[in-house]
Amino acid sequence: MRYSAFQILKEGLTGNKGWKPAWRDPEPKTDYDVVIVGGGGHGLATAHYLAKEHGITNVAVLEKGWLGSGNIGRNTTIIRSNYLLPGNEPFYELSMKLWEGLEQDFNYNAMVSQRGILNLAHSDGQRDAYVRRGNAMRMAGADAVLLDTDGVRKLAPYLNFDNARFPIKAGLWQPRGGTVRHDAVAWGYARGADSRGVDIIQNCEVTGFQMNNGRCVGVRTSKGSITAKKIAVCVAGSSSCVMEQAGMRLPIESHVLQAFVSEGLKPIIPGVVTFGAGHFYVSQSDKGGLVFGGDIDGYNSYAQRGNLPVVEDVCEGGMALMPMIGRARLLRMWGGVMDMSMDGSPFIDKTAIPGLYFNGGWCYGGFKATPASGWCYAHLLATDSPHETATEFRLDRFLSGRMIDEKGVGAQPNLH
Amino acid sequence: MIINHPLLGPRDAAEFVYLGDASLLNRPSRDIENAAQAFTDYLYLRDNPAGVHQELWFHEQGDRSWLVVTRNTLTHDITRVELAHDIVRASVQQNDPNHNSEHKSGLDQ
Repeated sequence: MRYSAFQILKEGLTGNKGWKPAWRDPEPKTDYDVVIVGGGGHGLATAHYLAKEHGITNVAVLEKGWLGSGNIGRNTTIIRSNYLLPGNEPFYELSMKLWEGLEQDFNYNAMVSQRGILNLAHSDGQRDAYVRRGNAMRMAGADAVLLDTDGVRKLAPYLNFDNARFPIKAGLWQPRGGTVRHDAVAWGYARGADSRGVDIIQNCEVTGFQMNNGRCVGVRTSKGSITAKKIAVCVAGSSSCVMEQAGMRLPIESHVLQAFVSEGLKPIIPGVVTFGAGHFYVSQSDKGGLVFGGDIDGYNSYAQRGNLPVVEDVCEGGMALMPMIGRARLLRMWGGVMDMSMDGSPFIDKTAIPGLYFNGGWCYGGFKATPASGWCYAHLLATDSPHETATEFRLDRFLSGRMIDEKGVGAQPNLH
Repeated sequence: MIINHPLLGPRDAAEFVYLGDASLLNRPSRDIENAAQAFTDYLYLRDNPAGVHQELWFHEQGDRSWLVVTRNTLTHDITRVELAHDIVRASVQQNDPNHNSEHKSGLDQ
């Protein structure tokens, strides 16, 4: 069923009896062309684009929990393409372009809202770095505007401009950045893939890989064995655990990142604002809650919950940036498990094992990448060659010295 | 989280800096045949289990000792805390009974 204003009107007049589930709930077949392990945003986007762009529909997406129960349902919903390095920026700009056409593409309201993202600079050096970043963005076809203090004041008059320790010197403004309704992204991609014949199988945990003469030929799951020509792992957060079953050790640590929502407030923050001196980012949801977050907790964790020192640190960052939020009460907080890669950049690559493909290492920037990650992973699976915007996301880049070190601080697993 | 420091007793984890997987204590020799691959693995690959994990914590706000903490990454429960110094010295002595660890252990500096 195609969703449209006419459908809403028709269903409204006929008692809303015609709506159908947005996707089927099939039992797994024993063999597929492609099995995608992980039914989160990236896995579902991969399935959608495999079916839609490459005509490969004999595909199963295996999800150990319910659809979208991982980080697609736990993030702070920000989209942006404000990266610096040539290995990253064209990829994230592709993602931004896909976001812009997403709702028409999969006929689902994902509430893509390009209200802009403002990165604040608090020193001359940081402003210079933002000039460079803005130029890199524009060269890759993205939009970037450098604002001086008055420009920032006009956009966000409620920021603390009297902070002597962290004066606001400038802002890098990307008007096309914004937020997206995260769950709807999973649901829209699931519906798009399912309607083209992809089997989405929930509550089906992969417990091992079937190998034959050094080739990966299938997976063992809690719902039986499934063979496939290609196995595409896409389980960021749990990548190390899943790939260990194939005997691979990854350049990844799993860390917990917390996110927070305040009580609902009247509209005050138009877009996304990030604090450049600490680590704090905030936007306001359509319901009025301030959605914000900061640093990872900083130790390996699969617990999906964090500890109080980081809560304090995030709130201190918020208070330094916009003291007005001190009276707002915290409504909810939660944690998600991140694949923290060694250079802060992701992987979309074949593995050394024929038939086995890997997508992961998204650190805590995976949500904005969802469409391009699916697009490029589908391209890799369909053609066996990397998409032109994802040629550098290789697993062997540490050995070859081609790290994508966006921060320029060397290898450590606490970057993003 | 509270880390029960072997010398100082229970300390708040916020006093520590985290370095990760304790396999970093086992640095490969530069003289072996495939040293480039071995060092790439040593520097960039990590044990990352969902469960019991051995990891390095540095007591930066305290006595500046390196600890090997055995912690469950699913529950954050800490079951064992040792001085990294002791672990390295034990492993050196095990590999080379004649080794005089007081002078040759790299962790003494």
